[in-house]
Amino acid sequence: MAEVATPVPQVPVVEEAVSEVGQISQWSLMRLRFQRNKLAMTGLIGLIIMYFLCFFGPFVSPNEYTLQNTNYIFGSPTQFTFIGPDGHFSLRPYVYSTTTVLDQSTFNFVVKVDKTKKLPVQFFVKGDPYTMLGFIHSDIHLFGVALPQRIYMAGADAIGRDMFARTLVGGQISMTVGLVGVIMSIVFGSILGTISGYYMGLADDVIQRIIEVIMSFPTIPLWAALAAALPPVSESFTALDRYFLITVVLSFVGWTGLARQLRAKVMAYRSADFCQAAIAAGATDSRIIFVHMLPNAASHIIVTGALAVPGMILGETALSFLGLGILPPMVSWGALLKDAQQVSVILQHPWIMLPGVAVVITVLLFCFLGDGVRDAMDPYSI
Amino acid sequence: MLNYIIRRLGYMFITLIIVAVLGYVIIELPPGSYVQSEVDRLRQMGGNLTQGQIDSLYRRYGLDKPEYVRFWLWISHFVVGDFGEAFAYNMPVSTLIWSRLGLTLVFSLLSLVFSWVAAIAMGVYSATHRYTIPDYIITVLQFIGLAVPNFLLALVLMVFAQNVFHMQVGGLQSSQFQNAPFSLPKFLDLLNHMWIPIIVIGASGTAWLSRVMRANLLDVLNMQYVQTARAKGLNENVVVWKHAFRNAIHPLIMVLGSSLPGIISGETIVALVLSLPTTGPLYFNALISKDMYLAGAFLVFLAIALLIGNLGADILLAWVDPRIRYE
Repeated sequence: MAEVATPVPQVPVVEEAVSEVGQISQWSLMRLRFQRNKLAMTGLIGLIIMYFLCFFGPFVSPNEYTLQNTNYIFGSPTQFTFIGPDGHFSLRPYVYSTTTVLDQSTFNFVVKVDKTKKLPVQFFVKGDPYTMLGFIHSDIHLFGVALPQRIYMAGADAIGRDMFARTLVGGQISMTVGLVGVIMSIVFGSILGTISGYYMGLADDVIQRIIEVIMSFPTIPLWAALAAALPPVSESFTALDRYFLITVVLSFVGWTGLARQLRAKVMAYRSADFCQAAIAAGATDSRIIFVHMLPNAASHIIVTGALAVPGMILGETALSFLGLGILPPMVSWGALLKDAQQVSVILQHPWIMLPGVAVVITVLLFCFLGDGVRDAMDPYSI
Repeated sequence: MLNYIIRRLGYMFITLIIVAVLGYVIIELPPGSYVQSEVDRLRQMGGNLTQGQIDSLYRRYGLDKPEYVRFWLWISHFVVGDFGEAFAYNMPVSTLIWSRLGLTLVFSLLSLVFSWVAAIAMGVYSATHRYTIPDYIITVLQFIGLAVPNFLLALVLMVFAQNVFHMQVGGLQSSQFQNAPFSLPKFLDLLNHMWIPIIVIGASGTAWLSRVMRANLLDVLNMQYVQTARAKGLNENVVVWKHAFRNAIHPLIMVLGSSLPGIISGETIVALVLSLPTTGPLYFNALISKDMYLAGAFLVFLAIALLIGNLGADILLAWVDPRIRYE
């Protein structure tokens, strides 16, 4: 436990005995320890890339995510080649031209790849208009080919929408829902946990019983029941409202664990010398809580929060997969995976599992990051 | 010990009452009752309902009474085994619920046993063979178990089983055994359908528990008394299993209670994907169609199952660790 007594002004600090390490502040020591952890840095850098891709998704993906291409229903991912039309290797990738024809025997539309016609991939190309981050209006895409041909990095779904674009845009919700939910859990959990541990008595009893009740429900069924109570998206209830309330539902369960741990911490600090000294000096309750207790518990709160993010992301994915969380036309990874419920569909069109791959990668990166943060903050724990 | 159990039962009873209240609140939470949507449906079919008919519908389900009266009606019927009507199925909730709840418990218990056996085996092996290739493989498996949502794992395993083994996955019985009388082949077929759900439900628990087990055992193996045991010339197996393991298992029993919610909630969602006849599919469908008496009864019963499980875990812990009994 990293218990650091806050310096009391009256006691002279012994300067000469401080070693090299002691010169560095606690926080930069943690940062150094974190930077030395390769797995944790992988998590951090990977997540930064993922967030960047998702939030600039409309620009990164060659197609607009709601565009329905009826000629490309369940179309497979576009094939790339680095052999140019002249038969020589070129740095610029090429794609084959495709046409949609009616199969005379099965009467299904099938996509035919014309191996003789190669189209150069262009960068910063004009394409579908889009709005990015709510205020950037543009029609420039990072890469693409000349219309009417299109690039589908990860194929298309049942009504011919670009899976790659949808996965990137879906990440905007899936990758933030966990963070917002955790921040809300931290706020609720810190307030209630501190009250419970500091004031004890009746407040403590009530809060502990509430936590016990919430913990005695299995998580996903409870989340599902709460999410089912949310009204559908309409004029008076916007998509943003629903998103926000889903995070509230997720943190309704999430705060309990943190509140319990914080209660134990606060109780331990209460009997510690530095708090007793503050009480004896006549400090107010709020000063003791905000100046003496919470800063000491900060590293613990951050660690608990970092380790809780993956669970929240998985929770949102499960809820949306069940059709109770984020609902179409909003896109999130869970909502996209709802289309992949039948084995036969997955077998024929494996690329519709791309959002699932994105979930797994994101959760893994968050696990690495969380473990790294814990090791950096709390060097004595296992 | 008896004292401890009685006190623990007292706490459980209080929690149970609050669980029932919360369960009722959740039943009442969704906007628009089932009766309202029933009225809308009848109107759409062309029948013009008079206000009197609507009122009688409301009266039939007691929707005209104030909240606390309705709560009392619900809870007093609940205790004697009348959980209300499942509107969408037009039959009492109690006839729908029992067989499915039983199967949920069977799957949850088997998954629990599986995750414990697998976690202990994996944890002990990777702790005693630290920094070898199998240890790294186990670490990778643990991360996958934690990071892959269990419904996705179920889907992937289904695709895999169908593609590679040409096995028909999903449900509890193959179609040819559906109505057959009980026999050995039918039983084997049942087992054949049960292992995938059990692995999938237990996966994340296994990953987490085996990490805890590995860390604990590593701690204990560094203790001096383990060194003493080795120095005495004891067999390494005896050192690990008799001296170290017994002291490392304690935290695992402590988290038994908190691993139960994960297993039960995992069971409900995996059952939906694998179309098992347990609570999961019925519960989520009830939520989507706002069949709230059915959903509420399921939720309360899942919570009760969890409370009983927690009670069992606490008693087990008190039995293992005398300090808790005399607290």
